Amino acid sequence: MPKIIQSSKVRTITKVNDFVVKFANVNGSGSASANNMFAKAVFRMGIPVSPHNIFPSNIQGLPTWYEVRISEAGYLGRREGVDLMVAMNEQTIKSDIESVVPGGYVLYDSSKSLPTELIRDDINYLPIPLKDICLREYDKPNQRQLFKNIVYVGALAAFLEIDFKVLTDMVSDQFRGKERLILPNIHALELGHQYASDNFNCPLNLTLKASNKTTGKILIDGNTAVGLGCVYGGATVASWYPLTPSTSVVDAFSTYCNRLRIDPGSGKKKFAIVQAEDELAAIGIAIGAGWNGARAFTASSGPGVSLMQEFLGLAYFSEVPVVLFNIQRVGPSTGMPTRTQQGDLLACAYASHGDTKHVLLFPSTPKECFDFAADAFDIADRLQTPVIVMSDLELGMNEQICDPLQWNDKREYDRGKVLSGKQLEEIKRFGRYLDTDGDGIPYRTYPGTHPDKGSYFTRGSSHDAYAAYTEDGNVYAEVMYRLALKFRTAVNYLPKPEIALKENHSFGLVYLGTTTSAIQEVLDSLAKKGIVLNTMRIRAFPFHDGVRDFINQHERVFVIEQNRDAQLKSLLKIELDINAERMQSILNYNGVLITAQTIEAAILQSLPGLESSGDVSA
Amino acid sequence: MSYITKPKFKHPGLQTNELGLTRRDYEGSLTTLCGGCGHDSISAAIIQAAAEMSLEPHRVAKISGIGCSSKIPAYFLSKAHGFNSVHGRMPSVATGANLANKELYYVGISGDGDSASIGLGQFCHIVRRRINMLYIVANNGTYGLTKGQLSATADLGSKTKSGEESQYDSIDMATLAIELGASFVARSFSGDKKQLVPLLQAGLSHKGFAFIDIISPCVTFNNTDASTHGYKNTWENYIALSAVGFVPMRKEITTSYAPGKVKEITLHDGSVIHLHKTSNKYDPYDRENALHHINASKKQGKIATGLLYINQSTSDLHELQDTVDKPFNTLGSHELCPGNEALADINHTFR
Repeated sequence: MPKIIQSSKVRTITKVNDFVVKFANVNGSGSASANNMFAKAVFRMGIPVSPHNIFPSNIQGLPTWYEVRISEAGYLGRREGVDLMVAMNEQTIKSDIESVVPGGYVLYDSSKSLPTELIRDDINYLPIPLKDICLREYDKPNQRQLFKNIVYVGALAAFLEIDFKVLTDMVSDQFRGKERLILPNIHALELGHQYASDNFNCPLNLTLKASNKTTGKILIDGNTAVGLGCVYGGATVASWYPLTPSTSVVDAFSTYCNRLRIDPGSGKKKFAIVQAEDELAAIGIAIGAGWNGARAFTASSGPGVSLMQEFLGLAYFSEVPVVLFNIQRVGPSTGMPTRTQQGDLLACAYASHGDTKHVLLFPSTPKECFDFAADAFDIADRLQTPVIVMSDLELGMNEQICDPLQWNDKREYDRGKVLSGKQLEEIKRFGRYLDTDGDGIPYRTYPGTHPDKGSYFTRGSSHDAYAAYTEDGNVYAEVMYRLALKFRTAVNYLPKPEIALKENHSFGLVYLGTTTSAIQEVLDSLAKKGIVLNTMRIRAFPFHDGVRDFINQHERVFVIEQNRDAQLKSLLKIELDINAERMQSILNYNGVLITAQTIEAAILQSLPGLESSGDVSA
Repeated sequence: MSYITKPKFKHPGLQTNELGLTRRDYEGSLTTLCGGCGHDSISAAIIQAAAEMSLEPHRVAKISGIGCSSKIPAYFLSKAHGFNSVHGRMPSVATGANLANKELYYVGISGDGDSASIGLGQFCHIVRRRINMLYIVANNGTYGLTKGQLSATADLGSKTKSGEESQYDSIDMATLAIELGASFVARSFSGDKKQLVPLLQAGLSHKGFAFIDIISPCVTFNNTDASTHGYKNTWENYIALSAVGFVPMRKEITTSYAPGKVKEITLHDGSVIHLHKTSNKYDPYDRENALHHINASKKQGKIATGLLYINQSTSDLHELQDTVDKPFNTLGSHELCPGNEALADINHTFR
């Protein structure tokens, strides 16, 4: 069979372990598991990889993309421009082809010929008759559809030089227990591999070379890690209302609880999961359980968190521990439900009416999702207040490379200041809201602890140190003052900012959460241009003193965040005694993860004219 | 909601129960409700019911929403923990509390504004979830704290003190609870302690979701002759589908009745309800039959009361969830945390 050779006039890009492959599919067509197989194969070859789902709020028929960044240097953020496009969606093929960089490649289904207007003379085409191959090889309509995806993965293996054994091992792993599916899948991989090898000069100039950069690492999504963190952190009650992109938190909690939390003697469950009628009930259930001494959480996103405001105020004022995972998505309102944003910082920091403030944690990797999820229960119990873990869709729903999850078996849960029946015996008069230790944190009791002592009336109405109703403004003010003191105490229990100082305090970067994925790339690229920057990754609110010090030490800090209104900058301005003039925003709010290129361009743009302090939006 | 504590004085002649406690040990703080408010009679009935049953006061958790009704938990069982939560959301708080510790008694107190309007959704779903608790609605057809607006249980044509007439059909909490699968549904009147006390006792002993709709007149805003929730109308049109007697589990059954006249219902904890039916046609075990009797009474302008429906064969949420016997709030890290070795295996699945 003659090989299809590209026109020699077209330049090809030559790259090893450093390119972007993007899959354009129709959602509901079974492409997700095939695309995932591709990304995982790269990971198993030891090469750093970061897949990003860009999907519609829809079940079937709309465009969906899976963007895979491969980077030997370990840059796990997004990068604009596509080196190899697997164009499987006729609805979007025009713009998909346009997004390919000059010299790049387009793999498409040539069972139907490509309209001439889609032929660019500066890129390479890889036509494979996927539909025809599957029509020939498979009888059932659903197989013909599903295996098309596997066939193109097989072809990519030939094009990019993926170790074929890595792929076949993965199929065997994936279908363990469903052995009859293994051979047809491997056959589909071989079909693609064979066709590509027979018809093209393989490999292309884009190649994958086995490396050791992922040794010891895992590839996991943030929501799964959160679910596991809740299991390890001792959560027994989960209440929730389905909401993208938070749903998979409870799915993971359920999966691992059913595996790890069954009492061996009785076969009964050491957990309960309640799908509530709405988010109000979801947080209400968690608060009821927290009040009664169980560790409880709910997971939601913007619209759900908006509904939880009243209850969050109750938990803050009546001092009930509860953990809320906010997997942020694009707002306001319904916004873009399947796109990412860091848009709920202010809404969560000050959730509910009146003077309220909440503890926030900002994980940036799946490992941190696990750690912070487990820690959140200790922090909530210790401080007797809601703890909101601020993840986002990008972190929650995409797999990311990180260090393996670890647990210290010597660790005991910190249940905070809870008095036992025996301790109550020794106390003359119990006061639920008495600040005995001077740290703003009072002692609590669980219902049913002691026949005569320790009972109290929990209420969202104004109360005194003994939990009795009061309309005495001074007594109310004392309680509010103590709550503010407690909020300052909170800092002692929260993760410190991660600060890297490399130069003498001219410029700094301040960021949190998923923005982190772009930072190393920004630093390396700017270093090549002779620009060195200090960095600070914020991991919790209220802020440590170190956050204020870092900002005050620098001539200028760039506050990078993924929302329109510079919410992190506002929060820093409100909460810290700093010169706000020093802070310059770099903002990204198009619903996809901020890129290193965006950040770098914004920094370079502002550096020549240091006196200009105009914020830069991307 | 009171901030006036009651004097601790106990009369030496006060009777004690099996725990050696007197009625005073079951009281709460001094009421701040209006003089003559039906809700105070409910507090008194709960105090009597709990004392007679020899409930350990601290093994009860009292949970409420917002409104006059939701102040009631402050006026009984001061040795029990209470939680005055947010408006209409008591059911979710009670659900969570119940999940955390299955060993306590849970008493939820709500009102018609709290449960039939702002919290109707939560009410419906707690019934569906079959929480093992006693759920009381102190039903006066009006919003007292905000000065007398009509509530969703106010009957069509019923008038408040200000003369406002209800233009909408009312929500019947008892039939709604039966429709949604509550396993114990009763209706009573705050003015009829003889009926209310045994119903409360039966509701506390019942395993599963026990609901009592208590007509509890608002003397200040909704006690006119033209109000269907006032004392006059309730006394005049109140019919008992059954008279109820209650024998706590530890007590010996001493009374005996002619066969056929009295139905004995043995509850899960061994307590017994004696049900004197007023009509042979009425069957509290039959959901459709119970609904028919309630609706038929309503058509005649009568309020059907007593134990309206009971089903002892349903499971509660803990059984549905198949939870361990030990309360969740007593489980520690060694019982809940799978440990690092299990985590290492999990890591392996992500390679």
